[in-house]
Amino acid sequence: MISGWLGLFFGCRGTRPGMSVSGLSLTMLLLFLSGPVAAWEFSGKIGVEDLGFFHAPLDPRQHSNYVSGVVETELYHEWDEGTQSFAFVPFFRYSQHDDRRTHFDIRELTWMKVARYWELRVGFRKVFWGVTEGLHLVDIINQTDLVENNDTEEKLGQPMINLALIHDWGTLDLFLLTGFRERTFPGVEGRLRTIPEIDQDSARFEKQGVQRHLNYAIRWSHAIGDWDLGFSHFYGTGRTPSIVPEFDENGVLRLIPYYPQINQTGLDVQMTKGSWLWKLEAILRSGQGPTFAAATGGFEYTLFDLFETGLDLGFVVEYMYSGASQVNLPTIFQDDFLTALRFGFNDVQSTEILAGVIFDRTSNARFYNIEASRRLGDSFTVDLEVRLFTGAPKSDPAYFFRQEDHVRAQLNYHF
Amino acid sequence: MNKLLLAAVLALFWGQCYALSDEEKGLQIMQEVDRRDTGFGDSSADVQMILRNRHGDESVRRLRMKTLEVIGDGDKTLSIFSSPRDVKGTAFLSFTHALEPDEQWLYLPALKRVKRISSSNKSGPFLGSEYAFEDLTSFEVPKYKYKYLRDEVFDGIDCHVIELYPQYEHSGYTREVVWVDKERYIVLKVDYYDRKDSLLKTQLFRNYQQYLGQYWRAGEMLMSNHQNGKSTLLISENYKFRNGFTDRDFDRNTLKRAR
Repeated sequence: MISGWLGLFFGCRGTRPGMSVSGLSLTMLLLFLSGPVAAWEFSGKIGVEDLGFFHAPLDPRQHSNYVSGVVETELYHEWDEGTQSFAFVPFFRYSQHDDRRTHFDIRELTWMKVARYWELRVGFRKVFWGVTEGLHLVDIINQTDLVENNDTEEKLGQPMINLALIHDWGTLDLFLLTGFRERTFPGVEGRLRTIPEIDQDSARFEKQGVQRHLNYAIRWSHAIGDWDLGFSHFYGTGRTPSIVPEFDENGVLRLIPYYPQINQTGLDVQMTKGSWLWKLEAILRSGQGPTFAAATGGFEYTLFDLFETGLDLGFVVEYMYSGASQVNLPTIFQDDFLTALRFGFNDVQSTEILAGVIFDRTSNARFYNIEASRRLGDSFTVDLEVRLFTGAPKSDPAYFFRQEDHVRAQLNYHF
Repeated sequence: MNKLLLAAVLALFWGQCYALSDEEKGLQIMQEVDRRDTGFGDSSADVQMILRNRHGDESVRRLRMKTLEVIGDGDKTLSIFSSPRDVKGTAFLSFTHALEPDEQWLYLPALKRVKRISSSNKSGPFLGSEYAFEDLTSFEVPKYKYKYLRDEVFDGIDCHVIELYPQYEHSGYTREVVWVDKERYIVLKVDYYDRKDSLLKTQLFRNYQQYLGQYWRAGEMLMSNHQNGKSTLLISENYKFRNGFTDRDFDRNTLKRAR
C-alpha cells in the first residue's frame, strides 16, 4: 500500500498542469464513482481577482495589474453511517502575465475512516497547526502556495497517511508524509518577488529520493479547561527553503532555493479567559544553519456587542522573534510587533474587517495590511486586501517589497 | 433513619407549599420544566433560520444541530452550517455550563483551522440574526433567579407567567418574562427586556410535537425585535432522539469533519 502511494507521489513537484498525480486522481475518482451514486455532494467556488500595484515594478518585465480567475470544487461522499468518507478538491488558477501563478493543485483527495478511538486518513490533505494570527510558526505539514497569496496562508495539498489516536489524555496524530512538494514562487513577469526571481527549476535538496520525499511528524493536542495545547515534532525536508545566491557562468545572479533536512519541535498554547485569548507558538529547528529558536505570542481581546450594536471589536497584539541566521534563512519577522483591529459586524452579510500593522522593532520597516470581506446576496462574496510596505532598510528582506504596495479584490460565486 | 429523613423533607416541602413566596414558586415551576425535559439523552435536527428585515427581505441559513444531554451540567452542542454556501462546513462546538463560562470552538473549513473562541459573547447576534448567543444555549436552572408573576391565558392555554433574572455574566437582558403552559410545562412565549429595561424582543414557540412520549420540541420559533423591526424564524425538522451519541461525537476531532 505504502510503496504504491510512494511510487505515484514521487516526482510530483511543482504544481503545473499535467502533474503525474492527476492520473491517480482520475483513477480514484472513477473507482469511487463506479459505486452506488448515492449522496454525492458537489460544491465549490468560482472567482475573479484583480491584483493591482500602486508603483512601477522594479523589473521592467513585471506588470502593474494582473487579472486572474480561480475555480475550486469539492466532491464529497460519505457512507457506512458517516464513518467513512471520500473528498476530492481540485484547484485551478489562471493568471494573466504570470505563468507560474497559473497553476493546478489537488488540495484534497482523501479517504477517511473513523472509529471510536482512532481516525485514519489517506491521501492529499491540508492540516493546520497553531493559534497565532500574524505568523504561523508551528504549522509545517503543508507547503505554502506562495503564488496564490504572499501572506503564506494558502497551502498545497500534502499526500499523507495520518492516524489519529483519540483518548482521554488527548489526541495523538501520527503522520507519514509521502511526497515532498516544493514551494511555488512568482515567475519572471509576476509580482511580489525577489530581484532576480527565485530560480525554482534549479532547486536543490540535502537529501534525494526516498529521504527527500518521506517525511514524518507527530503531534499531541489536548484541551484542558481554559487551555488548548499542542506539542509537535517534524523530521524531514524543510518546507521553507534557504535562498542561495549564485553567479552563473555569464556572471548573472541567480537565487536558488535549497531544501535542507530539518528537525523541528513545536509548541502551541492558547489560554481562553473571559474576553481574552492568550497565545504562544514556539519552535526549535535544527538542520537549517545553526540550531535556532523562534517564537510568537500575544493576545486578542474582544469587546463583544459594542454599545449594543452587535459589533465585535477585537484588539490583536503579537510579538514575533526569530533566532534564525539571516544567511541561511532570510526572515522578515525577526523582532517585530503586530498590532491589529478586528471588526466583526455580525450583520446578515457577515461583514468583517481586519486592519493591522507589523513594525520592526529595530529598523523603521512597517507592513500595513487591511483585509475586508462580506457576502453579496446569498451566493457571492467579495474580498478586499490592501498591503503597504514602508521603511525597510536594504539589510531587511522586506526591502524587496518597497515598490510592491498593492490592492487585491476578489469576487467569488459559491455553489 | 432514612425514613425519618424523608418524612422531615416531606414535612418541610409541604410546609413550604402553603407559604410559598413568588420567588420559590417561580423556581419550582422552572425546576419542573427542567425536570420534565431531563433524560432525552441526545437529539439532532435540521434547522432553517430565516432572517427578515423590516422591508420583508429574507435570507436563509441552514444548519444541522446535534445535542448531547449532560446530566448535572449544561449540554454539549454541535452546529454544522450548510448555507449560505460560503460558510458551508463551518462548525461550532459548545460545552455549555450553568454559571461557569461555556467552552467553545469554531472550525473554519477554508483554513482547516479549529479556533477556541471566547464565550463572553452572550448578547451579540448569532449569524446576523435576531437570536443572541445566550438565547440559543441550553436552559439550566442555576442560570437565573425567578419570580412568579401571575396566571394568564395565552393563545387559549392556561399559563404561569414567570420573570427570569440572568445570573451569568455579560447578559444583554435585565429580565425575561416567560409564559409556561400549566399542563405540559413548556415555554410558549418569552419577552426580553434590554439593559435599559425596555422591551427588546419577543419569542414565540409554535408547532410543538412530543417525542419519545415525553419531550416537547417546537417546530417553529419566531424571534421578533421590537426596536429594529427585524425578525428571525427558526424552523426545526427531522428531530431524532437517542441517536447513541457519545462525548466522542462532540470533540474537536469530530468538529473538523462534521457534516
